[in-house]
Amino acid sequence: MELINQHTKEIMEGCKVRARAAGLSFTDESLEYIVTNRDLIELSPKVMIPTLYDYWVHDVEVLRGRGEYELYPHNPYETVINTRPPISFYNDNNPDWLNVMIFYHVLGHIDFFQNNLYFRHTWEYDFTGQALSDKRVIAKLRAEKGRWVDYILEFARSLDNLVGYHAELSPLFASPERACSSRLNYYFDVFLQVEKKAAVSEYLKEIARYNENIEAFGDDGERVFFIEVTRKYPEMEAHYQKQLTVKRVERYDLLRFLIENSEFLAKDENVWMRSVLEVVRKTSIFFQPQIRTKIMNEGWASYWHEKLFLEDDRIKGHEVDFARVHAGVTSMPRVGMNPYALGMRLMYQLKEVADKGRTGYDFHRLTDAEMRKKYDSEAGKGDEFLFRVRSNYCDYLFIKDFVDQDFTDRFDLFVTGKRLDPQRMVWQYYVKSRDARQYRDMVLASLYHPPFIEIAPERGEHGSLYLVHHFEGKQLVQDYIANTMVGIEYLWGAPVQLETSEAVVQSPRGNRDGGEEPEITWQRVVYTMKDKVLERKAL
Amino acid sequence: MRDPERYLEELKARGLDPERYARFKDELAARRAFTTSNRGGPFPDFAKSLYAWHDMAALEGREPVQNPFGLEMKSLDDLLERDRQREKDGFPRKIRVGRLIKPGKVGGKGKVVVVPSTEEEKFVHDPSVRPPGEGGATGGSGKGEEGEVIGEQKVRETGEEPGQGPGQGEGEAHEVGASAYELGKVLTEQFQLPNLKEKGKKRSFTRYIYDLTDRNRGSGQVLDKKATLRKIMETNISLGNITDPSDLDPTRFLISPRDKVYRIFSEEKDYEPQAMVFFLRDYSGSMAGKVTELVATQHVMIYSWLLYQYAGQVESRFILHDTEAKEVPDFHTYYNSRVAGGTEVASAYKLVNEIVEKENLAADYNIYVFHGTDGDDWDTGGDKSIPELIKILSYVSRMGVTIAEHSGTQWTEVARYLENSGLLRDKPHLLRMDVMAEDAEEARVIEGIKRLIS
Repeated sequence: MELINQHTKEIMEGCKVRARAAGLSFTDESLEYIVTNRDLIELSPKVMIPTLYDYWVHDVEVLRGRGEYELYPHNPYETVINTRPPISFYNDNNPDWLNVMIFYHVLGHIDFFQNNLYFRHTWEYDFTGQALSDKRVIAKLRAEKGRWVDYILEFARSLDNLVGYHAELSPLFASPERACSSRLNYYFDVFLQVEKKAAVSEYLKEIARYNENIEAFGDDGERVFFIEVTRKYPEMEAHYQKQLTVKRVERYDLLRFLIENSEFLAKDENVWMRSVLEVVRKTSIFFQPQIRTKIMNEGWASYWHEKLFLEDDRIKGHEVDFARVHAGVTSMPRVGMNPYALGMRLMYQLKEVADKGRTGYDFHRLTDAEMRKKYDSEAGKGDEFLFRVRSNYCDYLFIKDFVDQDFTDRFDLFVTGKRLDPQRMVWQYYVKSRDARQYRDMVLASLYHPPFIEIAPERGEHGSLYLVHHFEGKQLVQDYIANTMVGIEYLWGAPVQLETSEAVVQSPRGNRDGGEEPEITWQRVVYTMKDKVLERKAL
Repeated sequence: MRDPERYLEELKARGLDPERYARFKDELAARRAFTTSNRGGPFPDFAKSLYAWHDMAALEGREPVQNPFGLEMKSLDDLLERDRQREKDGFPRKIRVGRLIKPGKVGGKGKVVVVPSTEEEKFVHDPSVRPPGEGGATGGSGKGEEGEVIGEQKVRETGEEPGQGPGQGEGEAHEVGASAYELGKVLTEQFQLPNLKEKGKKRSFTRYIYDLTDRNRGSGQVLDKKATLRKIMETNISLGNITDPSDLDPTRFLISPRDKVYRIFSEEKDYEPQAMVFFLRDYSGSMAGKVTELVATQHVMIYSWLLYQYAGQVESRFILHDTEAKEVPDFHTYYNSRVAGGTEVASAYKLVNEIVEKENLAADYNIYVFHGTDGDDWDTGGDKSIPELIKILSYVSRMGVTIAEHSGTQWTEVARYLENSGLLRDKPHLLRMDVMAEDAEEARVIEGIKRLIS
């Protein structure tokens, strides 16, 4: 790995000036490296983070196939990594004009990393630095504990998709003005709703009373408010005090739950395992926003590389070369999903929509198709709107909010289905639907979504750990359940149970002539892992 | 090819029991057999994930590089050692030596790459569970009315097994020989697969090796000390130079230049055993998914083991059968083909007999036949199979039948008639059978090989 030469770096700096002028914002420094194939072999298992910890699985061919991208919340061939300064990787023989295009693309990504709020938790530190210190921690542990470090790494990695990314993110956005005292929170959020099961009218009355008190007594309002409360519910104060002593138990972030609650990990001789779990958890949370913004990130970068490249005066004469590469990247495939193409088209659509003022109430109130088509308030808010979308959206919201019939019609988009024609023994690809809602649902269904597994400590018997998989239409990969649970059992130090749903395909055996379609019904089952033996029981 | 539908009706007329009739009928339709193929067809991008797109490929035209396994940091032995240690520590093994079979068609030539591989297990959604006959959905763009068919893909031609088959790109594939030989060595040494007890008939082989076998007096490459000493003794005895044999004084020996005997290089005809392996596989409708995976894995391993045992002198033939058998040219086709047809084991056995007879193989080769099936056979009681089988047993060194049973079935047709024929009992050195469940682990597959070949 070596830095790009001065000539190329100068091109990059030129790109930065032009990108900034267009409104993108990013840190001044950036590092660009030339990578050879050999470098890639070492970098790709480490998700292009040169300082990521060593792990033996990185040296073996990892079988991929089913659910590959569900397993790995990151792309192993990222061109830019979200570090401080951002690092990007290049071929050594790119012509200058191509580098200009790639640099703009890269700057689009960097701008996205540094301004999209889903990356908020990565802004304050350099991940390569953190990864390096983690790598040293693991190397040191490995020197002391040998292969056991790798077992713990393996078990921790098998849970690294069950981390509380959103829970990590949300406190970063709590505004200080909205802060309420914990007593007040308890009274309104728990006491009235859970303990007293107060009627809505009563609840609203209490809120009104609270607001009156604040208005009348200012800072003293809360105290006055609670005098009345204590008179009405003498037990409230005792409940509140008791609640303060109850430790909050993590319910969604399994790695964190184990770190905080596993008695096995709390033993003196096992405490070191917690740091391994912590490393894996932090690494996973760092990568989470990457996969949740794939369409937006690529769309945004493609939008800008096209726009900025065409305005760049330095590469006159390469328009045709550019057009070829650009079309290869961003053309809509006849069948298939290209995040560059989809994201970029949606960005252009949004720019146009906002330029014509079609984002507002006035437009949405229109029912006349002809008037909608012609509507143009000349608001010219396109750029502003785009930048706002770039900062505040992730793929899910981006697709859900903005893919509408106007969009799919304009770009001739449809849902492609694939079905078996049993008579002729062919797979048929067909236009399944041109309805924007179906298209949207199809895209949403293809987005990264780890299973929703909740920890239910109260349901575990005799110290066992009870996990509930909330069924969302897809079962878990059955082959993986056993080994994943071996790891959890080890880390928890007691048996583990997993409640999940599994498909029962009703085979249409015998009534084929009737043409009855086979159906899938779902069966709730519980897996129990005890002493490394897995048992399955239908509920 | 004969129409299996009609054939089935014939069988029914001859009194097939209704339960089996239903099963065969099912197999013919074989809806469950067709999982979505991920590649090929008119739209190879159909199943390409949104997340499989990346800048390096899109912008710079740089495809992912595969780990060239010769260069990897840890050697296979290290990995296996680690795996054994793992088992001692009480965790299931994680390295698979033969599971990853990557039949890639590079330049039209099927290549098999056998590399150590592993999986990282997690709780993840399984997108492949959907009603049979349904192939999923993705985006599309362009013209076409709703419901219009925009492309077709024949199930028969491109029916590839999903899952672990082809990896990402073809990359730098090894030749079958190179990596398979390594695998055979690993299997023999690490998994204690037995060595061949008897290498069979030694056949002259049109290959010469050079060895220091001829002798020459006076000059040459290596001095044969023992022979030289003998000559010197002879010379000295005839010269009368040795008077008392019990009191020799070598310093007084006279040595003539002609006494020195040398070994020199010479051409030698080499005798080596060679083997011909027939791999037979049922590729009927019922053989979907794991069963094929198992059989193919086991066959790769057996091939590798034989390759090692015969020091590379192994030729292989691949035969697929449903109700009819056909020979296919390479492992790629062997591994990936699939049809929706019935099953008749006899057809494959017959083809083997024909090939052996036509090419007069029995005279020149140690012949091995390995057959993988899920145990279904329309030929009740093996009326056709058994006679063909007996014929095969007259010339093979070993025949091994692997039956990978679908979960829920037990005591399959093939297992039953093999058992009933008594051949397994009478000729245990020639015919072996191994029955395993379709979800068997790799260790079980290797165990199975031991049963077939020991």
